[in-house]
Amino acid sequence: MAINILMPALSPTMEEGNLAKWLVKEGDSVESGDILCEIETDKATMEFEAVDEGVIGKILVADGSEGVKVNTPIAVLLEEGESADATPSTAPATTEETTGKTTEEITEETLTEAEAPAATAPVASTPVEQDLPAGTTFKSQTVREAIRDAMSEEMRRSEDVFLMGEEVAQYEGAYKVSQGMLDEFGPKRVIDTPITEHGFTGIAVGAAFAGLNPIVEFMTFNFAMQALDQIVNSAAKTRYMSGGQMTCPIVFRGANGAASRVGAQHSHDYASMYAQIPGLKVVMPYSADDYKGLLKSAIRDPNPVIFLENEILYGRSFDVPEIEDYTVPIGKARIWREGDDVTIVSFGIGMQYALEAADKLAEEGISAEVIDLRTLRPMDTETVIKSVMKTNRCVTVEEGFPVVSIGGHISATIMQEAFDYLDAPVINCTGKDVPMPYAANLEKLALVTTDEVIAAVKSVTYR
Amino acid sequence: MAAAKKPKKANLDKDELLDFYREMLLIRRFEEKAGQLYGMGLIGGFCHLYIGQEAIVVGLEASAIEGDQRVTSYRDHGHMLACGMDPKGVMAELTGREGGYSRGKGGSMHMFSREKNFYGGHGIVGAQVPIGAGLAFANWYRGNDNVSFAYFGDGAANQGQVYETFNMASLWKLPCVFVIENNKYAMGTSLQRGSSTPELYTRGAAFGIPGEAVDGMDVLAVKAAGAKAVAHCRSGKGPYILEMNTYRYRGHSMSDPAKYRTREEVQKVKDERDPIDHVRELLVGGKHATEADLKAIDKEIKKVVIEAADFATQSPEPELSELYTDILAEAN
Ligand SMILES: Cc1ncc(C[n+]2csc(CCOP(=O)(O)OP(=O)(O)O)c2C)c(N)n1
Ligand SMILES: [Mg+2]
Repeated sequence: MAINILMPALSPTMEEGNLAKWLVKEGDSVESGDILCEIETDKATMEFEAVDEGVIGKILVADGSEGVKVNTPIAVLLEEGESADATPSTAPATTEETTGKTTEEITEETLTEAEAPAATAPVASTPVEQDLPAGTTFKSQTVREAIRDAMSEEMRRSEDVFLMGEEVAQYEGAYKVSQGMLDEFGPKRVIDTPITEHGFTGIAVGAAFAGLNPIVEFMTFNFAMQALDQIVNSAAKTRYMSGGQMTCPIVFRGANGAASRVGAQHSHDYASMYAQIPGLKVVMPYSADDYKGLLKSAIRDPNPVIFLENEILYGRSFDVPEIEDYTVPIGKARIWREGDDVTIVSFGIGMQYALEAADKLAEEGISAEVIDLRTLRPMDTETVIKSVMKTNRCVTVEEGFPVVSIGGHISATIMQEAFDYLDAPVINCTGKDVPMPYAANLEKLALVTTDEVIAAVKSVTYR
Repeated sequence: MAAAKKPKKANLDKDELLDFYREMLLIRRFEEKAGQLYGMGLIGGFCHLYIGQEAIVVGLEASAIEGDQRVTSYRDHGHMLACGMDPKGVMAELTGREGGYSRGKGGSMHMFSREKNFYGGHGIVGAQVPIGAGLAFANWYRGNDNVSFAYFGDGAANQGQVYETFNMASLWKLPCVFVIENNKYAMGTSLQRGSSTPELYTRGAAFGIPGEAVDGMDVLAVKAAGAKAVAHCRSGKGPYILEMNTYRYRGHSMSDPAKYRTREEVQKVKDERDPIDHVRELLVGGKHATEADLKAIDKEIKKVVIEAADFATQSPEPELSELYTDILAEAN
């Protein structure tokens, strides 16, 4: 029976790709495992292999075709002896509507982050309260590019800054963050390490004690767990233990939190855990301009800074000011949207839900003030308190676990410093209190959602 | 310390060869199907295929007895099939369905079977190595005859916890076979770029653990080396290291830029060292089986894999109430 060979997906979120090249032609016999063609997207290539054996009857999509939708028939495979006119069945045997696709991109280990849909930030969220010089121009940049530019600028500025981590040099980062850096700075300053997180973190901490400024990339922060002792016991505590003699000017950066369908061991949000440690600074930006400005400040900071990035945000574009040496101070929150009825406090990817909720609430006549904490330690609670004194209500949004969360800390702070101003208890919207499940439907439930934020706002505003 | 000399071939036994053929083919066809389902969006997240490395698990399982344990990394589908787990349950875990071994909660990288003494499926590189020694510790503590197999990659072989484990395993004479699956690459990092010494079988030397390099593409060589290592462990002499020289045909996970090696390099291994072709030649060349016999096996395997895929796509997603189950065990 003739079967259709369908355009495959390179990742669960790929919707289309290019058929770069056929490696077989009509009439060729193929066995399972034979490479049929090369499929590519802007960031990844895949050799597509035959699963069934047979003869290539017809090639339906030619070499070099662009924008071929996933699951489009690209060729017809005939059984030995069958005629090329045979009508294909819907193959393979298990075709079914694809299920459980989540909206965003993953791919830690693909050595390429692929085709994240370039979702645009919600419209009504042009940030306010940015002290930029009049006439500042902007350029649209992805978070990925902003991080790379921040590192490169600081490495041009000081010879003491270097980058080390797994796959950062030759492969330009598992998520393609360090693109072009090996070429520019060479292997002495852009260093590929073996898979030995505890060891290379300790080596970097020692180098920082000796006065260098290492940037340590963790492929994801899940793997920094291997190195937690060096981060907490060595990097964070040494200045105090040495009576102020020692400094540890180091940045630990990498993707943090959930991606998509990668399960419990690869989806952990460590924000509140690191925010607990005296001796560390902890930064978790949302937009590309803040990624850039805060990372430059982190590299210059004389202390260990945990810089928590987000894989889903890497491919997202924002306006970045075209200012030479653009920095953003650590420890200052940013008001993205002014409002009177409620204060929504978030950070990192949580801002996406906070801003979306604020847009939708505006349609219903509820005016939300949205604050991006940007830095979790030291935390700018002053900005939050000032806002709550105006709105009298607060909802926090984060992807991490609910127990001992950032939201819990903010609630306690508001209770202590603005108790009389509160018209409703603070509600914390968080990820659920479970390890991240793999199943698509359960994963969706485990994450915080815009709808939950909207419901929380309605609850605190008694609507 | 044994050098990298070729172990003697085990005696050829027709039925055993046919079994090896069948088991390796099952893994290969299963993985090809998994790749296909991934391409259709039915499998999500990371999915690491075992194609090319089949001879290792199949050859080593030949020396396992009831009660022996195994533990490995995220590249775990082959290990599960080789220790007798049901292809349907494995595939349904890949699709995140109720019928999966972890009932959809673990996915490709995190699967377990108490019944088959398969202790996972671990996503953190190197973490399974001390766990494997811990399983061996339990055998030693209980004074039984069992051994554990701790599988890990050439990249994982650089993790510090591996060496902490080696020291204790040797100190306490734990019955653990450390199996280094040296497929030459850790993601895009070749062995030469990540290891100061490429002879991974010597990595236990400082701790007094014997090690041996084995042609991991030759199921009979694997079987012979495994039998020797297991005998060493079972007789109370402590751990043993086997470095399996192998190759992964596919990308590290599903999408892989494939720029760290040439297509010719991959093709050469496929043409010259394929573990399944090797057994096929022994069977047909030695007149133990005809092409028709092998075709019949191919057909039978294909059916098993299609059934697994059908099950995995028809099994429902977990009930939503499952989100909050299995976090802690109930005391009884
Ligand atoms: C502690 C830790 N660091 C990094 C990773 C990301 N990662 C996953 S697989 C891998 C390469 C491992 O290579 P190897 O041990 O040779 O096994 P193979 O994939 O070749 O089977 C890396 C770096 C991880 N999962 N865990
Ligand atoms: Mg490897």
